[in-house]
Amino acid sequence: MKSLLARGSELASSQEQLKILTEVSGKLGLPSFSDKLKEAALYPLRPTGVDILQVNVGKLCNQTCRHCHVDAGPDRRESMSKETMQECLVALATPGVTTLDITGGAPEMNPNFRWFVEEASKLGKKIMIRCNLTILLAGEKYRDLPEFFAEHKVEVVSSLPYFQKRRTDAQRGEGVFDRSMEALRKLNAIGYGVPGSGLILNLVYNPVGAFLAGGQSTLENDFKKELKQVHGVEFNSLFALTNMPISRFLESLIENDNIDTYLERLVTAFNPVAATGVMCRNTLSVGWDGSLYDCDFNQMLDMKIEGKVNKISEFNKSVLDSREILLHQHCYGCTAGAGSSCGGSIA
Amino acid sequence: MAQETTYYKPEDLKKFGNIGEFEPELAKKFFDYYGAVFADGALSAKEKSLIALAVAHVVQCAYCIDAYTTDTLEKGVTEEQMWEAIHVGAAIRSGSSLVHSVQALNKVKELGV
Ligand code: SF4
Ligand code: SF4
Repeated sequence: MKSLLARGSELASSQEQLKILTEVSGKLGLPSFSDKLKEAALYPLRPTGVDILQVNVGKLCNQTCRHCHVDAGPDRRESMSKETMQECLVALATPGVTTLDITGGAPEMNPNFRWFVEEASKLGKKIMIRCNLTILLAGEKYRDLPEFFAEHKVEVVSSLPYFQKRRTDAQRGEGVFDRSMEALRKLNAIGYGVPGSGLILNLVYNPVGAFLAGGQSTLENDFKKELKQVHGVEFNSLFALTNMPISRFLESLIENDNIDTYLERLVTAFNPVAATGVMCRNTLSVGWDGSLYDCDFNQMLDMKIEGKVNKISEFNKSVLDSREILLHQHCYGCTAGAGSSCGGSIA
Repeated sequence: MAQETTYYKPEDLKKFGNIGEFEPELAKKFFDYYGAVFADGALSAKEKSLIALAVAHVVQCAYCIDAYTTDTLEKGVTEEQMWEAIHVGAAIRSGSSLVHSVQALNKVKELGV
């Protein structure tokens, strides 16, 4: 499969995606997300502070998952430069910013990835990497990544949509499950996910289809049991995420005629408690070209932060802390049921 | 006006909550009870959802099949587990028919020479 962009799909345009979300919501009579927040006395939504700097270092990826909100893939070329990474490091050094969360694409494919991690590690901040697992087996260049992660105490967060092959491969591509198991065993072998090692390996679950992620702790138990017994694999925690109705997941919702049902489901499951803890409130997202966004989803929808500070080179924590977060109908994805953020369930 | 072709409409499932329109008190009692039944207890919510999926097939309620197929998926149940549960329901259903054939057997013996 190719990215939406490479296929010349209309859905590669963020404007088109937002238009579809608006039109479907209008047709179904669904309230706007902002109105829903007004009802819950949470509007306008403001940050609690920039604790986490989430940096998207590019859209290049060795996989082309069906639900990818980035529209990433081997055919994408967007990649963060070393200069922009340097600007990110300056922002990261700001007191109060505790964590660097590196995402992509497959972030490891950025030519300056290792340099970026080494420099961030010197600042003594917590570093997280969104690793798709199969990259660890993608050739000689990547083979020693587990040791590199361990050396810099990087917390590894890896997607595994299901604990069985069929659903995982349906979403992420043929053979991805088996390769993911092999990669997890490599990580386990050097201590990742093993109790007492201090090396954290968390997995991310997301539903393989047009339904919500329910019961994070039950799912975590199921994953732990099945992965340990059947595959001899260990991990620390499971984060349950809701699929966002944008980009390639939006495409599959439209293809399978599930878009109406899914949006309605997200809206009916709106949870005001989850809304208070959405990740845009403590996270700032940086695009590959240094632009600033409230979250990775707003980034993919080209919803740039408005106001004086909208590039990482102009980072100013107090100005950013007082901004208003930009919202649209996709935000229902963060507030449905127990809520969903990069760290899993919220409520 | 187009003629209705079916009594079952998938969108009616979403209106289940409206059944209290004319009798709110009893509906409230039902939904409170229903909520309590499906909460985590000695059996987990996931196990209860699988039982519900099996029963939905036995009572052949199209709405419940829709609702509990979705619910089991949301709870991370595997397809193998879902279909084993459905077969448990089907086995009880067929078994409960077949066990009555003992009565037929008795009658055949009673009337026979
Ligand atoms: S979901 Fe992750 S691994 Fe899959 S294509 Fe997107 S960036 Fe790559
Ligand atoms: S989609 Fe982004 S902006 Fe919207 S609620 Fe979620 S994290 Fe916040």
